[in-house]
Amino acid sequence: MKKTHNQKAWFMVLPVLILVAFSAIIPMMTVINYSVQDTFGNNEFFWVGLEWFEEVLHSERIHDALWRQIIFSAIILSIEVPLGIFIALNMPKKNGLWTSICLVVVALPLLVPWNVVGTIWQIFGRIDIGLLGYTLEQLGIDYNYTQNTFDAWFTIIIMDVWHWTSLVLLLCYAGLRSIPDAYYQAAKIDQASRWSVFRYIELPKMKGVLIIVILLRFMDSFMIYTEPFVVTGGGPGNATTFLSIDLVKMAIGQFDLGPAAAFSLIYFLVILLVSWVFYTIMINMDKENE
Amino acid sequence: MKINKSALVMILYFIFLLLPIYWLLNMSLKTNQEILSTFSLWPNDLTFDNYKVIFSDPSWYGGYINSITYVVLNTIISLVVAIPAAYAFSRYTFMGDKHLFFWLLTNRMAPPAVFALPFFQLYSSVGLFDTHIAVALAHTLFNVPLAVWILEGFMRGVPREIDETAYIDGYSFFTFFGKIFMPLIASGIGVAAFFCFMFSWVELLLSRTLTSVDAKSIAATMTRTASASGLDWGVLAAAGILTIIPGALVIYFVRDHIAKGFALGRV
Repeated sequence: MKKTHNQKAWFMVLPVLILVAFSAIIPMMTVINYSVQDTFGNNEFFWVGLEWFEEVLHSERIHDALWRQIIFSAIILSIEVPLGIFIALNMPKKNGLWTSICLVVVALPLLVPWNVVGTIWQIFGRIDIGLLGYTLEQLGIDYNYTQNTFDAWFTIIIMDVWHWTSLVLLLCYAGLRSIPDAYYQAAKIDQASRWSVFRYIELPKMKGVLIIVILLRFMDSFMIYTEPFVVTGGGPGNATTFLSIDLVKMAIGQFDLGPAAAFSLIYFLVILLVSWVFYTIMINMDKENE
Repeated sequence: MKINKSALVMILYFIFLLLPIYWLLNMSLKTNQEILSTFSLWPNDLTFDNYKVIFSDPSWYGGYINSITYVVLNTIISLVVAIPAAYAFSRYTFMGDKHLFFWLLTNRMAPPAVFALPFFQLYSSVGLFDTHIAVALAHTLFNVPLAVWILEGFMRGVPREIDETAYIDGYSFFTFFGKIFMPLIASGIGVAAFFCFMFSWVELLLSRTLTSVDAKSIAATMTRTASASGLDWGVLAAAGILTIIPGALVIYFVRDHIAKGFALGRV
């Protein structure tokens, strides 16, 4: 759509600007302030320059948390994206009651409060009272997510798959619905195989939503906090302490304001960089579509 | 044959999705004694006591009231500021518009953990700690950008000619906006409201950091019960079930637009 140039539009954007500035910029200034100062208590601060940044960048603990975070996000993406696409291909294509039921059931996990997601899986995985834990125990598998690192990871990953695969599914489904019937009929006349229909018709049409999906899932898994916090509390040991959990421990648990602030800024810059890549790709796609 | 295979995949996925929720429901209808002593797939001794506990104890049902209060406040604030902004983004170009749009997006992507401590200090220093408005304002951090993006997506779908025709017919900007434009994007406003409601409802970290007693959210109530006195599984499960219900009820109305909302208005 052709837009007109109008500087007065700024007045319409102003309320958002003021509100978000209050919510985002003032706290960010506090963080920057802490990141370059140290304190002995009593609200006396002194300048330490970039010391905290150096400490954070060399901190073993944060390196470990970062690696765990990257591995976690990679596993999540490599399970959820193919699985979501696969199920989206099996969603009913015609409008009707069955389609409505599918949409509602599929969307259900997305609307469960995140701490309740944690509670659900915390209970579901317990050996004594949870269906999953109990079944595994009966099958003779030694499973205990509070003691064993592998089991803790297994629980958190399956929980995240449960929670978020539907997001991938819904967006891919929306992408698939935008393909005109004529494309499928043409493929039928050409006697295209199921695979080539997917590869040359469905996948290119889903490209746009897939980019959004991958970046949303990457971002949200990169800042996951509530669910592992409720299920494992970051344990056993530090085995499931991801970046956000570590940061909250540092900032609110130990009150190490300086390192926590430096850590926050680095964390935020990574997010900013990825968002920028996302935005650039998206804007280019919008242009292609017009 | 093909239809059957698809239906089978869907049904398997449904089982995977619903089984954990069923288990929570199952536990919420058992007594604690039964939960811990016998293992059964359905409650042998059906009881609604766990729900009665929640509806009779102010520290429990108060949690729901507090949560709903700040969620509704947040939804109203977010929509009021987002509607004009989304209109501006969808209709005009102006200095810095692309940068501003991107900056909004980064706030949706910002980890709440980064903001937890600064928010705590900011709202404490202005005397808003432990109030509903503090949580509502904190949640605008990610909900306002989301609302702007979703609404912009819907408003782009309304042809410009409608605006122009209305002006030619002598409508002022405000009557046009209220009488013609708002009804046209009503579904968009509904979807944006739904998503603001939802993301504020599901969030734990900020609402827990910013409240202690008077405005304590249900999410925080649940985690504190879980960590303090020996676990009361039945009540915890019942509380969980009650938090799922609002989402499950409204989801039916937005089912056709839900993908667009999650995709930040870009499908």
